[in-house]
Amino acid sequence: MSGKRPIGELLFRGACLSAVVIPLAVLGYLIADVVADAFLRLDWSFIESYPSRKAEKAGILPALVGSAYLIVVTAALAVPLGVASAIYLEEYGGKSWWSRVVEVNIANLAGVPSIIYGLLGLGVFVRLFGMDRSILAGACTLGVLILPIVIMASREALRNVPNNVREASYGLGATKLQTIRGVVLPLALPGMLTGSILAVSRAIGETAPLVVVGAATYISFLPEGLTDDFSALPIQIFDWVSRPQEAFLLNAAAGIVVLMSVLLVVNGFALWLRARLQKRLRR
Amino acid sequence: MPQSSVDKPTMGSKPIVGTSKGYGERIVEKLLAGCGSLSVLITIGIVATLVVETYHFFSEVGFGEFFGDTQWTPLFANKHFGIWPLICGTLITAFIAMCVAVPLGLLAAIYLSEFASERVRSVLKPALELLAGVPTIVYGYFALIVVTPALQQLWPELQGFNALSPGLVMGIMIIPMVSSLSEDALYAVPRSLREAAWGMGAGRASTIRRVVLPAAFSGIVASVLLALARAIGETMIVAIAAGQQANFSIDPTESVQTMTAFIVQVSMGDTPSGTTEYRTIFAVASTLFVFTFIVNGISQHIVHKQRRMQGH
Amino acid sequence: MSETGQIEIKDLVAGFGSTEVVHSISATFKPRAVTAIIGPSGCGKSTLLRCINRMHETVSIAYSTGQVLLDGQNVYAKDVDAVLLRRRVGMVFQKPNPFPNMSIQDNVLSGLRLTGTLKSKNAKEIVEQSLTQAALWDEVKDRLKAPGISLSGGQQQRLCIARSLAVSPEVILMDEPCSALDPIATARIEDLIRDLKQRYTIVLVTHNMQQAARASDQTAFLLMGELVELSDTSQLFTQPRDSRTEDYITGKFG
Repeated sequence: MSGKRPIGELLFRGACLSAVVIPLAVLGYLIADVVADAFLRLDWSFIESYPSRKAEKAGILPALVGSAYLIVVTAALAVPLGVASAIYLEEYGGKSWWSRVVEVNIANLAGVPSIIYGLLGLGVFVRLFGMDRSILAGACTLGVLILPIVIMASREALRNVPNNVREASYGLGATKLQTIRGVVLPLALPGMLTGSILAVSRAIGETAPLVVVGAATYISFLPEGLTDDFSALPIQIFDWVSRPQEAFLLNAAAGIVVLMSVLLVVNGFALWLRARLQKRLRR
Repeated sequence: MPQSSVDKPTMGSKPIVGTSKGYGERIVEKLLAGCGSLSVLITIGIVATLVVETYHFFSEVGFGEFFGDTQWTPLFANKHFGIWPLICGTLITAFIAMCVAVPLGLLAAIYLSEFASERVRSVLKPALELLAGVPTIVYGYFALIVVTPALQQLWPELQGFNALSPGLVMGIMIIPMVSSLSEDALYAVPRSLREAAWGMGAGRASTIRRVVLPAAFSGIVASVLLALARAIGETMIVAIAAGQQANFSIDPTESVQTMTAFIVQVSMGDTPSGTTEYRTIFAVASTLFVFTFIVNGISQHIVHKQRRMQGH
Repeated sequence: MSETGQIEIKDLVAGFGSTEVVHSISATFKPRAVTAIIGPSGCGKSTLLRCINRMHETVSIAYSTGQVLLDGQNVYAKDVDAVLLRRRVGMVFQKPNPFPNMSIQDNVLSGLRLTGTLKSKNAKEIVEQSLTQAALWDEVKDRLKAPGISLSGGQQQRLCIARSLAVSPEVILMDEPCSALDPIATARIEDLIRDLKQRYTIVLVTHNMQQAARASDQTAFLLMGELVELSDTSQLFTQPRDSRTEDYITGKFG
């Protein structure tokens, strides 16, 4: 190529680079703005208070506790079921016609808008199974929402286990299940764990399905059991954003910072866990 | 066996006839198989829920009105059940989002795949993925509180609730969808094609434009369609920033209501179940489901055809 | 019948999908001896080997007909469980494949642990005996807890052999066990094979004729899925009965 690059080239390259930088800059501005607003409202009393008609007194405690409950129950439902599905599909499924149908189906489910999962939750969990507007209904709904993600991540982790390891196990006279339990699963575990945690973190930020299932925005007590009414962080933020008074907008900003902090911790934990487990395997 | 002495003793305790699978193992395998069909059950659940209530809806409100009327006012005294305003609202916001996401996403993909070094790519690519990791409620807040006032400085006629602001923010959110999958498509274009073009003296830009992009075209289209489906199904950003007026217009400065936002509105309210008004959310959801199913389906079909052509 | 680990193959046909790879082979391998299977690549040696312990059928499009008799019992009989068979007929693979998430001693015990047949009070003894039989004990006895994959290639292969020995099979199938190893490691494993044949029947697939000549008692020459000749090693390499064998061992094709 000739020494001096034509100006058109440089412009094009610059345009491409800006396409990467601009959205990131916008995101950075968004976060800075939210944090600046939240700074005016975020303190321990905010975290420890209950919702209130007075913005200065309103806090996020029930929403925080509700989210915590939701995360735990959602994970308890979606992760074992998702991992089990992935094991079956990847190790037993083979290339049959049914496997192909299931694979296409999972890809489809991953593309269904989250609000439709809310309607599924409403129709099946709240009404049909009679769970009413409880934490259990919310967790089942979110669990169903992230199930395809858990399955896909787990299948990926299983696929990454080299086949010669399975052969070695069969060669020793182990059955399929013994091979899975003793050799394949331990090797696939880092990927599965990371994928599951990332899937659950997605559930933490979901609002629409919970709105449809009937999360409350004004509860004055902390949920104690799975059948209690509940709130959640995104729901509370949504409620505050929808109020006209500007003071509530500061609450919303503070709530957003709390939400993002939770996400940061969870995602950071997932990445740390993956690095740690991979190091242990490689040693 | 080495389990008890050094010499190899006689065998006789290891028959090859029989079965190695214990009772427990059989049960576990049956349970696993059951889990394998879970996803199908979920699809059946979604379809059944939607179909049942939508059926009831259509027995009260005819097809003609749903698809013929241009007003959507099921919660008002004077009830109209024409779906078009909601479809309009959905498509306008999605269109605006695509106007942002497609060019920026594509250019970003080109930068990451063609210009960025491995080190830069390893930093910028995950950074872009961050955009997809921000909860939509946060984007909704941003659209209402920051973007709309900022745009109002440029266009004073812009209303507090409008289609432009959430559309733009949605676009930013789905950039990673376009860029990530397009980048995979670009990356898959064999290096030899590029080298052939360079060898003939073509510059970077025109090589990309004339050789690489056409080769990656179907992958890019598939990614755009996936992003479109995502934009159509987005809820919170529009629920917060687009308003609740189901206007049948294409004016982005006015308030619009998308299919998703309507469902949220009814869910937040206290419409009693079993009523026609309540059933509207299922009818709307069915429409939404059909839209996203078709768009996703086309996208997957394109990917599948591409894979077949490449001999996977 | 005595269980000496005699292998008899009767009219074995095997293939993948629509491709037949092994065309009706019949042979008897002497027990407590080393039988080498040689032949140009693609002649079906590995497929034949993998039919003996029914590993061949783990591939979804694989098929086979015929009989393989282990001490007079047909391993393809309807009521035979292939998994149980593999606890009597062990296998060592071309590329050493110790379990990456296990230590050396856990690797040795893995066969017993996976199948739930380990008696923990014997564990230490089994580890020492298996590693000793595999000529690896002296090199690793001070670092039994080190990861299996921290060993060199040759050591890893001996670890895999120890792992197979721990399950106390009668027959050990080896599929080109030295092809990924350097000459020194190869020589050590050939020595090992000579020791092992006192207690185990060994079937060794190799593309290296010199190795077959050095290490085996009987040699079978396969060509395009057919058994051309099976004789005592010394005879096959000095006075082959078939002209095709002679052509192969004199290097006319390979």
